[in-house]
Amino acid sequence: MTEARIVELKNKANDIRIGIIDATHAAKSGHPGGSLSIADIMTYLYFEKMNIDPTNPKMADRDRFVLSKGHTAPALYSTLAHRGFFPVEDLLTLRKIDSYLQGHPDMNKIPGVDMSAGSLGLGISSACGMALAGKIDGKDYRVYTMLGDGESEEGQVWEAAMFASHYKLDNLCVILDLNGLQIDGPITEVMNPMPHDKKFEAFGFHVITIDGHNMEEIEAAFAEAETVKGKPTAIIAKTVKGKGVSFMENSVSWHGAAPNDEQHAAAIAELKERYI
Amino acid sequence: MADVKKIATREAYGAALCEFAPKYDFVVLDADLAAATKTGMFKKAYPERFFDCGIAEGNMMSVAAGIASTGKTVFASSFAMFAAGRAFEQVRNSIGYPHLNVKIGATHGGISVGEDGATHQCNEDFATMRSIPEMVVINPCDAVEARAAVEAAILHDGPVYMRFGRYACPILNGEDYKFELGKGVCLADGSDVTIVATGLMVSIALEARELLAKEGISARVVNIHTIKPIDKDIIVKAALETGALVTAEEHNIYGGLGSAVAEVLVENCPVPMARVGVEDTFGRSGTVPALLEYYGLTAENMAKKAKEVIERK
Repeated sequence: MTEARIVELKNKANDIRIGIIDATHAAKSGHPGGSLSIADIMTYLYFEKMNIDPTNPKMADRDRFVLSKGHTAPALYSTLAHRGFFPVEDLLTLRKIDSYLQGHPDMNKIPGVDMSAGSLGLGISSACGMALAGKIDGKDYRVYTMLGDGESEEGQVWEAAMFASHYKLDNLCVILDLNGLQIDGPITEVMNPMPHDKKFEAFGFHVITIDGHNMEEIEAAFAEAETVKGKPTAIIAKTVKGKGVSFMENSVSWHGAAPNDEQHAAAIAELKERYI
Repeated sequence: MADVKKIATREAYGAALCEFAPKYDFVVLDADLAAATKTGMFKKAYPERFFDCGIAEGNMMSVAAGIASTGKTVFASSFAMFAAGRAFEQVRNSIGYPHLNVKIGATHGGISVGEDGATHQCNEDFATMRSIPEMVVINPCDAVEARAAVEAAILHDGPVYMRFGRYACPILNGEDYKFELGKGVCLADGSDVTIVATGLMVSIALEARELLAKEGISARVVNIHTIKPIDKDIIVKAALETGALVTAEEHNIYGGLGSAVAEVLVENCPVPMARVGVEDTFGRSGTVPALLEYYGLTAENMAKKAKEVIERK
């Protein structure tokens, strides 16, 4: 990537963050913290990496993405909207009774959503299924799935990891959003799932650890993942929960709370300052 | 019925997967029970289309959903206890909610698992699977119906749960049998009472009809292979024409066929009704005949209940 492209992507990630704040504010509920933490990676995947077509969301051989940590749907929706899958203004209908933008991703209602997910632990398994289907059909599409660090306490995550490794799903790339916080507190205090790198390695993954807010590191990690043959890749992305809005950063209380009018205004003002 | 050929519906399931493999594009998953569920027959014939998921049923169901999301039909097999019990939430959220073409082949349903006992005797699967929106629930009564159910499941757009049995049961249907999803089958006519049965209980209901005939009572026998969506018309017709019903199932009397039939009756045409089933208790080890006797899943009990509901007319 050129410097100019990196700047473009950073500004795009800022658009996506604003969409997250606007959507959760309008919904008066939702999960801004873990949405903001993945905004940079979502930007890179959808604006740089994945083979997708907003005019043909069901394109047969497209790359696929499963938001296993589905409660951070505002990040996915804001990304899809800014990528052109549906109007950005629709983000303000999030979680409302007549909206297609459900609280958790719904593949049948929302253009660009490849799998309904959000009950934690299930999405990574479905991503394994997609990757296996690609192998069965001899397709070269890749499958990406975003896991929460708290989500990794679900046993099914490790059933899926065993499966991915057993079937040598090198077309699967798992991203773990290691922001360190879950609803009840720091992950190390609630139920310590660490160390993720050693666990994924033991399960047969190629593991890459990055700063999940650094575009160069994000790009290098996904490029490296593509070169790995015979095993799946796990990218452990160290992130900041609430990244980009100072009063939301590293705060458990912003896991599942929406900003009020005042907080919304403050957050948007701060994000607008971040454009380069 | 000693001279009638007996085959377990799980055997028919495995054979049907092999039979339909050249005709339809599907893959088969199992969770380390291929030898018992009989998907092993498919594994041997079509190894490139079979994927063992190991002892991880929840993962298997969500994997099945992921494969199905790419346009393939997927059969996912385990014992009923683990498919409809342990993996309930994955079936609901990964398969049911997105309405994906995953066909769950759950074997070892009901009390007729036998000696393995209560932990493996699933008498709750109709209840859990019936509660998932738009889930089709099928429980074939013999090998012919099981084969037909597999093809009907392939042709149906959306998730299907099929319960197959471990125990060899009599073949009741002829080779020309036409299976219609959601349609009950009147196997024998009668005017005094109707026994509405499913699965292994269908052949026993026919025996009950013989017992009743000896006492001058004319019993109709209806086979309900599709527990959901249930055939309202055949149940209402039976209520109107015979005035009393007995249901019979290898399932807890709560939540299964008895409940489904009661729902139809109370909303459309209330008549005296009784349920033969496992009466809100867990199973136990034993031979299948001993278990059926122990839990009252017998022709004698059906006949007794039939006479009781006739009394209540």
